Amino acid sequence: MDFSESFRQNFIQDDRWKYLANGLRTTLIITVFAVIIGLFLGFIVAIIRATYLRTKKMLIPDLFCRLYLTVIRGTPVVVQLLIIYFVIFGSVNISKTVVAIFAFGINSGAYVAEIVRGGIMSIDVGQLEAGRSLGLNYRQTMVHIIMPQAVKNVLPALCNECIVLLKETSVAGYIAIDDLTRGGDIIRGITFAPFLPLIAVALIYLFVVILLTKLVGVLERRLAANDRR
Amino acid sequence: MIDVKGLTKKFDKNVVLRKIDAKIEKGEKVVIIGPSGSGKSTFLRCLNLMERPTAGKIFFDGQEITALKEREIDGIRRRMGMVFQHFNLFPHLTIQRNITLAPVKLGIMTQEAADKKAAELLRRVGLPDKANAYPSQLSGGQKQRIAIARALAMNPEVMLFDEPTSALDPEMVGEVLQLMKQLADDGMTMVVVTHEMGFAKEVASRVLFMADGQILEENSPRQFFGNPKNPRLKEFLSKVL
Repeated sequence: MDFSESFRQNFIQDDRWKYLANGLRTTLIITVFAVIIGLFLGFIVAIIRATYLRTKKMLIPDLFCRLYLTVIRGTPVVVQLLIIYFVIFGSVNISKTVVAIFAFGINSGAYVAEIVRGGIMSIDVGQLEAGRSLGLNYRQTMVHIIMPQAVKNVLPALCNECIVLLKETSVAGYIAIDDLTRGGDIIRGITFAPFLPLIAVALIYLFVVILLTKLVGVLERRLAANDRR
Repeated sequence: MIDVKGLTKKFDKNVVLRKIDAKIEKGEKVVIIGPSGSGKSTFLRCLNLMERPTAGKIFFDGQEITALKEREIDGIRRRMGMVFQHFNLFPHLTIQRNITLAPVKLGIMTQEAADKKAAELLRRVGLPDKANAYPSQLSGGQKQRIAIARALAMNPEVMLFDEPTSALDPEMVGEVLQLMKQLADDGMTMVVVTHEMGFAKEVASRVLFMADGQILEENSPRQFFGNPKNPRLKEFLSKVL
């Protein structure tokens, strides 16, 4: 069987390319919403942890944050996904995509938290003191002085976390979500030809990742240009 | 104006300040000198509660500020300007925003009023054309003058200086001291921790010598430098003068 015939069979016949297109859409939906949840969770955890480390306040919230970070970073994301789907939402009728969004969001939050905490801790303590000496309270100092600088410093790292998350969602098939990876696998199951469908899946991931990496590169150059002024 | 009674500060088991009593009157310019590690910066930082005293009381205008809650302390700090060794300007904001941030965010001034005040302060510190520059574009001396302007924007009743010239290149020390002298002549109450003996002699109304967490001698600059009594002070002066 020559290449064009194989190509026709794997992608054209019965509109099989739609498995990939729909899969990509699902993958992107999961990634985007998981990133939003991850950023939200991550910033809250990071601020609690940095506040505890700098001021020794919020001991109890900090303990919960540390537990969250330890558990999430110490267990595989697939296991977390399976537990959330089969154990936590086991008896509830809920969209699998929504479950995946929560699972990947909660997972990503832990990594975002450590990135952002690093960013906050990298800001000189003198900035906090300067803000407080002017009469700003802790929250105002964080919002107007510390966080703008911290976020700027970690923006590239946060974007990279998004790229990592995109690839990690490829295990969504474990709870029978038809994401991009599973789309390719379904075609393979129909045509019994592993090469083309799986290579196509890999190329699509690669294409999206390269696109995002380029965007991060542009962003980094912009930030660097800002620093030179 | 500021009354310090039995101020003690420990960091873990390390005693930095030992039962200090001191008084700073309105309009006074108090200069604190002493060897490094003597506790003079910690003493200064206790005055606006950047450091919380381990024991002792501090009164500001008759109010015991060491007994206040966190939120009330923010109100006290608005009335005390502080200038740091390392300037601590906000690098992500323009000079103008550095100066106007606190008065505007605290609801004391509108942005327009604060901008006007900033322009006036920039003229006063001799940097009228730097409003839209960023801190990284300024020299050390210029940064410190902006830091002083930023503190003045809150119309403080007293200014605390924590070694304001120690991080500067020698040729930039003069411009900052000049500005501080101007401020002193305008009647500002000032507490200055410094190694600049010339400034102490010229500007201070009273000089304190600190060592080992205690005030070992305090006197008018003429007596302090001309006729020191404490042996530690004599030794210190013989090394630095």
